[in-house]
Amino acid sequence: MNDQIIFEDVSKFYGEVLGVNRVSLTIPPGITTLVGPNGSGKTTLMNLLTGLVQPSSGSISVMGLSSRDANKFFATVGYCTQFDFFPRGITGWQFLLDSLMLHGMSKLAAIQLAEESLQRVQLDKTAAWRKIDGYSKGMRQKIRLAQAIAHRPRVLVLDEPLNGLDPMARAESMALFEELGRQGIHLIISSHILDEVDRISDRVVLITGGYLIAEGNIHQVRQEVREKPMQVLVRCDRPEALASKMFAMNHCVEARLHPDGRGIFLRTGDVDQFYSILNDIATEGTVKIEAVAPADDDAHAIYQYLIGSEGGTL
Amino acid sequence: MMQQAGAGRRRDFMQQPWALWRLQAKRLTQIELRRNLFSWRATWIYFLAFIPTLIIFIHILFNEHDASSFNDDTQVLAGIIQLYYIRLGVFFGCLGIFSRLIRGEMIERSLHFYLLSPVRREVLLLSKFAAGSAAAVLLFVTATIVDFALMYLPFGAAGRDYVFNGPGLGQLEAYVLIIVLACLGYGAVFLLLSMVFKNPTPGALLFLGWEAINPVLPSILQRLSVASYLRHLMPVDVGAKGFIALLTVETEPVSGLAATLGLLLLITAVLLYSCYRIRTLEIRYTTE
Repeated sequence: MNDQIIFEDVSKFYGEVLGVNRVSLTIPPGITTLVGPNGSGKTTLMNLLTGLVQPSSGSISVMGLSSRDANKFFATVGYCTQFDFFPRGITGWQFLLDSLMLHGMSKLAAIQLAEESLQRVQLDKTAAWRKIDGYSKGMRQKIRLAQAIAHRPRVLVLDEPLNGLDPMARAESMALFEELGRQGIHLIISSHILDEVDRISDRVVLITGGYLIAEGNIHQVRQEVREKPMQVLVRCDRPEALASKMFAMNHCVEARLHPDGRGIFLRTGDVDQFYSILNDIATEGTVKIEAVAPADDDAHAIYQYLIGSEGGTL
Repeated sequence: MMQQAGAGRRRDFMQQPWALWRLQAKRLTQIELRRNLFSWRATWIYFLAFIPTLIIFIHILFNEHDASSFNDDTQVLAGIIQLYYIRLGVFFGCLGIFSRLIRGEMIERSLHFYLLSPVRREVLLLSKFAAGSAAAVLLFVTATIVDFALMYLPFGAAGRDYVFNGPGLGQLEAYVLIIVLACLGYGAVFLLLSMVFKNPTPGALLFLGWEAINPVLPSILQRLSVASYLRHLMPVDVGAKGFIALLTVETEPVSGLAATLGLLLLITAVLLYSCYRIRTLEIRYTTE
């Protein structure tokens, strides 16, 4: 079976309003983050992937399956939407059990999977027995996530899965996503909290105004943004001396001292040449270099460069 | 060549996961019945079903029952079935039950859970229809049987004789068939209306008007009506006068079997179109 998610020239229009336009995209296994401002088309892309909306043109294949073949498709795909609504008057446990029973499994198997998924999202069973109407936002988010992962899908689509979670629950969810990613499933996340998803993502898909503007490994995407000088943090004992040497060699366009005085942020237009010169300086021994790390090689920075809005928590 | 294609289609048909679909349909029907029939929201539908029962009960308590009122009560019961249950009770009861099944879940923004389940959309729609029909039939058939029993109970031995040795039991069977067909017919129409319109009530009221004027329409248009088929199955003529008589008039004599088959055909056509609609249904809660 094909193990990729493929969008082929997919467009979606809601009447005259553009959802997404001519998106061609191949998503391999691993964690993929959709990044873009509100209304950019992230949710439309996820709804298209799961068949909740149909493309106006183009085609979508998920592991070689189409959403029209619901039995096979939804045994493979789990989708945790951002719609914060549930069937009225239902308990969390019944919600999970009803969903699992529709897969055609026995009640015993459904109970085992429901218990397992509750454990994974760290929602205790006593809470699951209560009606969802009385849940906090964080608990509702957890029960939705539990429902999406309960049948052990190979493709998991999560629309803003960290919304409403407190820092502790957020960290637990991130650990769960990392674990799922390690298991080799396709995990597609859209989130506004870039700093956190950036840490676990294998690749990013940047989308704005319905157009896909960049996709791939975060570092590759950053490399492609040639017109924006890269920022590198160099930890050293004499940051001012390092900055003056770099400016003298014409390989630095901006320098900013780290708040603790033990490092400096340097911007360069040619990162390969920059690292070569830095090695020379280290060999000279005039400046003792402790660590070097890219400072804007993340989804947050890429987002700012390509889309222009403030990154971070949007 | 044609034979090969036919054999291929038959093979495809047999290879479909029918057992899984049956199991999913059974489970969906159970879920829907639990959510719709046994909830506080269904209270007013119980009221619609059992209000004539209450009135007949009061009639038993406060009115004399002698042999002379026997025919009157039979006429009253036929009037309750034809003028109340078919025209109002089952009509609005089914509007409440069936318009909730798809549109109600869209308004509550919970339909996507069903559409994201591993259930073919046609199976989902037909299961919801089955659950709605089971709920409506259970309520209205129970009410009809109780109405019938209460109507003849006060006549004692004469009543028992009428029911078990006379035409009574046959009439009850006809009423039950009429109510079942009414539930299925109105149910199919309202399920479709609720998928086509955001607010199915204006459409339902237009349909009510259509049903009312149907007897004076050309015979081809009379076939696009639920009540017109049911009129042919009535075991007792309702001696209605004035405007009400319009609702009971039988314009073109049709046999009971033809009327039943005609209505079932109409229901099948409506359900097939509903299946087509649900295949292309999209979740866009923001426009609801």
